[in-house]
Amino acid sequence: MRLGFSAVVGLTAIVGAVFVATTFTTPPLDSVQRGYRGTGQIQSYQDRAYTRLTAANQAPEVIPAVDPEGQKASVGYTNLKVLGDLDKAEFDRLMMAITNWVSPDAGCNYCHNPENMASDELYTKVVARRMLEMVSTINTKYKAHVANTGVTCYTCHRGQPVPGYIWYTDPNLSHASGYAQAPTGQNKAAAVVGYTSLPYDVFTPFLKEANDLRIISQTALPQRDAGARKSIMQAEWTYGAMAHISDGLGVNCTYCHNTRSFTEWSQSSPQRAVAWYAIRHVRELNNTYLDPLAPILPANRLGALGDAPKINCTTCHQGVFKPLLGVSQLKDYPELATTLTAKK
Amino acid sequence: MAMLSFEKKYRVRGGTLVGGDLFDFWVGPFYVGLFGVTAAFFTLLGVALIVLGASRGPTWNLWQISIAPPDLSYGLAFAPLNEGGLWQFITICAIGAFVSWALRQVEIARKLGMGLHVPFAFSFAILAYVTLVVFRPILMGAWGFGFPYGIMSHLDWVSNVGYQFLHFHYNPAHMIAISFFFTNALALAMHGGIILSATNPGKGEQIKTAEHEDTFFRDAVGYSIGALGIHRLGLFLAISAAFWSAVCIVISGPFWARGWPEWWGWWLNLPVWR
Repeated sequence: MRLGFSAVVGLTAIVGAVFVATTFTTPPLDSVQRGYRGTGQIQSYQDRAYTRLTAANQAPEVIPAVDPEGQKASVGYTNLKVLGDLDKAEFDRLMMAITNWVSPDAGCNYCHNPENMASDELYTKVVARRMLEMVSTINTKYKAHVANTGVTCYTCHRGQPVPGYIWYTDPNLSHASGYAQAPTGQNKAAAVVGYTSLPYDVFTPFLKEANDLRIISQTALPQRDAGARKSIMQAEWTYGAMAHISDGLGVNCTYCHNTRSFTEWSQSSPQRAVAWYAIRHVRELNNTYLDPLAPILPANRLGALGDAPKINCTTCHQGVFKPLLGVSQLKDYPELATTLTAKK
Repeated sequence: MAMLSFEKKYRVRGGTLVGGDLFDFWVGPFYVGLFGVTAAFFTLLGVALIVLGASRGPTWNLWQISIAPPDLSYGLAFAPLNEGGLWQFITICAIGAFVSWALRQVEIARKLGMGLHVPFAFSFAILAYVTLVVFRPILMGAWGFGFPYGIMSHLDWVSNVGYQFLHFHYNPAHMIAISFFFTNALALAMHGGIILSATNPGKGEQIKTAEHEDTFFRDAVGYSIGALGIHRLGLFLAISAAFWSAVCIVISGPFWARGWPEWWGWWLNLPVWR
């Protein structure tokens, strides 16, 4: 059977229409103008996608406040290294909250031996203690990033023992042999860099190591000094890291930058300064609190190179410009905003 | 302006779309017609409004003068003159002038009994402009999505709008448009080159014919599209470039609000290699 010309045109049109209808989205949109009119500094969200995003980022219910018992938790319980000074009733409430935030399915036994709640035999309990110190550090020392909104366990955990968005250093193994291209750490359409072909382990150099993200050359000619090299190759790593920030926060480049000059602070939005602190903040948390956990974690929690799971922007933000859309629960759990340090 | 002896023969009456004989005359070399009058009207008014806007702005530096569209908060309503209203009137004037120019081309073509290929091609340029400042803003819900009228400011707008989608080179229609623009340049360069090489013979040489031109490309690439064909191809490439440019910006926002790299999820998710 020979297809006529109009049949071919008709079939192509049908296939094309199905393709377009299934790969694109439709109006209406909600847009926020964030610069002088006409500069194109605008955040746009498709209404339905934003509704889904909002639904996925609701703060959890707060456990009703309790009357203090007038007795420190350390009096009734033993082996309290971080929370011993809390009132016992408030300590119990916080334990309940942590269970809801982190291990609602496994319950108390995810961290505790039910026969001996004070025992440190489960590694999860040791990690949880360190994480409480981390939360306290975030809420007291990093206000340039988290302001007075702060974080709780739920900001990252969202009801899961291991947060949904973590990263390990990529071993950069070759996926083929023979004459295949040597692994370059890029060209893989990775979700963490917004599905670009940019380098995908942008976390190791910037959120663990302290490589310079700002690679705009200050001179007209190529830089000979290898130590301060600022070339297109460096730009791709920066671009990948920035794509991750955009993806993690659900914003586009113009949220922080006027792209006519990315590097120019005087033309950037105030949010860029927050992000500057945030990058250093996350890097310090990875190096101080998370990576050092590797020795006590079981092998199935470690990455290919034996490193501990670490955090990036998405770990807390999960696609919105402020985690949980800016709802603060510190006022409901004020103990998390105090200095908590493990006693020896 | 002097008129060549044979030119009078082509200055024939009629062919107007509107206005009958009223504006059916020439000024110097230029045919006027009703649409010549409207084109001049909209151009002069629009330029005057730009000058007015510049006078109310912070600079007379030609590179930095900018007439910005209204804030998004005005939606699809009229804005006060100093807060984007001028941009709205200038947009109306620009569209009026462009469309007048196209219709004037239609009248001239009709006068000469020619096809409407030139106004047809020009209307794709108008389409791209109207898509930027009318269709896309309407689909997005505010005139503030239009681009500012300024030499540098409109480039800054292009940069920021591109980065609203993280990496604009992943926009599929942008890819197609770029391909057409480059192919268009290639075809024009090859066409210009072959014509000049055939019609500018060296001293003592004879002008070469279409057969030489065809033979050159048959020897070089095995095929010659021919003297008429190259113009069909050129028209197709040029209007396709303009058309896909319009598509690539109208889908950015209204039909895809996230980073363009992410749009390719359908490709990454094809069952063959998912």
